[in-house]
Amino acid sequence: MAGAYATFNHITDYMGFEGLLSDEEKMVREAARDFVNKEVLPIIEKHAQDQTFPAHLIKKMGELSFYGPSLPEEYGCAGLSNVAYGLLMYELERGDSGLRSFCSVQGSLVMWPIYAYGSEEQKRYWLPKLAAGEVVGCFGLTEPDFGSNPGGMLTKAVKEPGGKWRINGTKMWITNGTVADVAIVWAQTEDGIRGFLVEKGTPGFSAPETHGKWSLRASVTSELVLEDVIVDEAKSLLPNVKGLKGPLGCLTQARYGIAWGALGAADASYQCALDYALNRIQFDKPIAAYQLQQEKLAWMVTELTKGQLLVLQLGRLKDAKKFTPAQVSMAKMNNVNVALEICRKARTILGANGILDEYPVMRHMANLESVYTYEGTHDMHTLIIGQEVTGLPAYR
Amino acid sequence: MKILVALKQVPDTETKVKVAADGRSLDPTDVKWITSPYDEYALEEAIRLKESAQAEVTVVTLGDDKGKDVLRNALALGADNAILLKGDGQGDAFAVASALAAFAKDKGFDLILAGNKGMGGDNSAVGPMLAELLGWAQANVVVKLELSGATFRAEREIEGGSEAVEGSLPAVITAQKGLNEPRYASLKGIMAAKKKTIEEADATGLPAASAWSALTLPPARPEGRKLEGDAASQAKSLFGLLRDEAKVL
Repeated sequence: MAGAYATFNHITDYMGFEGLLSDEEKMVREAARDFVNKEVLPIIEKHAQDQTFPAHLIKKMGELSFYGPSLPEEYGCAGLSNVAYGLLMYELERGDSGLRSFCSVQGSLVMWPIYAYGSEEQKRYWLPKLAAGEVVGCFGLTEPDFGSNPGGMLTKAVKEPGGKWRINGTKMWITNGTVADVAIVWAQTEDGIRGFLVEKGTPGFSAPETHGKWSLRASVTSELVLEDVIVDEAKSLLPNVKGLKGPLGCLTQARYGIAWGALGAADASYQCALDYALNRIQFDKPIAAYQLQQEKLAWMVTELTKGQLLVLQLGRLKDAKKFTPAQVSMAKMNNVNVALEICRKARTILGANGILDEYPVMRHMANLESVYTYEGTHDMHTLIIGQEVTGLPAYR
Repeated sequence: MKILVALKQVPDTETKVKVAADGRSLDPTDVKWITSPYDEYALEEAIRLKESAQAEVTVVTLGDDKGKDVLRNALALGADNAILLKGDGQGDAFAVASALAAFAKDKGFDLILAGNKGMGGDNSAVGPMLAELLGWAQANVVVKLELSGATFRAEREIEGGSEAVEGSLPAVITAQKGLNEPRYASLKGIMAAKKKTIEEADATGLPAASAWSALTLPPARPEGRKLEGDAASQAKSLFGLLRDEAKVL
């Protein structure tokens, strides 16, 4: 396959990765790639510059079943394998982390908990609408003072007479918050942490947008403010989970997709840098002919390839229902870290051009700074792996 | 209504084509194969008819096992049945049309849709030949199609305007860019396609009437030239080049 990865039309495939995919997994990747090439790449730089989310893509992505695609068909989803889902995340983030984040939140953090923890009525009501992109969801766990330690959250839900609950608290760094029709809000109760579906427009509930980001600029980030919000228990409370394992279960799903997605951003930056290095002439030679640039390119393609094989194996384990959250931590930690470093090296290969929005590199790099921290920081995942191999938790 | 859509697998337009060692065929190494874009318009039109008029859509292609990719893609987009007519794929347009005619004859199709040409080969021959071999009406390079009972009305772009052709079914219609905007395969469609089977049959029909004798690539583009001197002399030499070399003035 030498040279096959030199164009933007192919996934970077140094180690025969594509040969490990089934026909439908290849088709899913092609379909997502086609969509990103035609619908996302032509518009994404402007959205990132203007700090706007390409909202016109919400329904389109729903029609293509991009939301919660590994959930079952009976709820309006596609029933994909976990590997196919990962490939979708890879291609979406090749477009932009903001777009992938949108789908991660909608699918893994909103649809998945409704599917896993919701009542049958909640599933039948919400999942088909969320799958179609008719409604948008968000996930409220992190708070201003509780990030890596979500168990200490201050948001409280108190049972009221007449089958009602009263919720008070503030959530922060909430992707899709301002545009969401429904929020999954995690709150302390007498029974431990519980999840509630809170609809837009509920009195006392607001979601102001967070401004001034240098990262994920084509994605909406918000606060959620809940002041004496009253919700109906049957409609709102997710009945089938109690405790921190509820939100952590969602995060494991989302982190799995992130481990794939980050490589998409890295692949775009690597291919851009390779192409640039082959065409940029200095001292009468393409800069790709110089050892210093080759060292960067060799490192980039090696880490990208290792990352691909890591998530593929993780996906196969997940499809066989044999994966552990600590394995997901390794994939998220490693792949986001190498993806960020690949983007940084790509930026240096592009020289001054690397900072321009004519190339996707700096946008991807800036996006990955968020991805490095969200969904469990790089450091927390390091400590989870440390605990896994030593049996000793270092973060308590 | 039963619709047959004929699909051709062609090299991706981004592929850098190379001539094989025999000097008259394409080197398939590193070629990415896609459905010919004109066939995508034909397929999209068929799927829209399926949605609006409950048509049953069958897709067919000629070739070896790799042809299954375009069929699987068509199933994901909404086709009901898929048939691979196995052959060496080396035949000319006549051999292809005759194999399609032998397959389609007596199967009760009301309409055959195909691209007006295969991207790359650009013969624009299979559709018209197929109609002739079947003795059916035809309209080619169509940008708008309406069906009503057992008749069709097709609009085609002609030099300086457009013309409408009416005829009776069964008919062969070949699609042109503009007929519709093909959809993307949805992930649900891809999963549904998994449950459908691709039938296989040996291609039958008449032998090729012609064969490729040589295939050559266009000469490499010459390197760019840099004009020297001040603005006035650069303008003068540019004018000279446009007039004498490019002959555009």
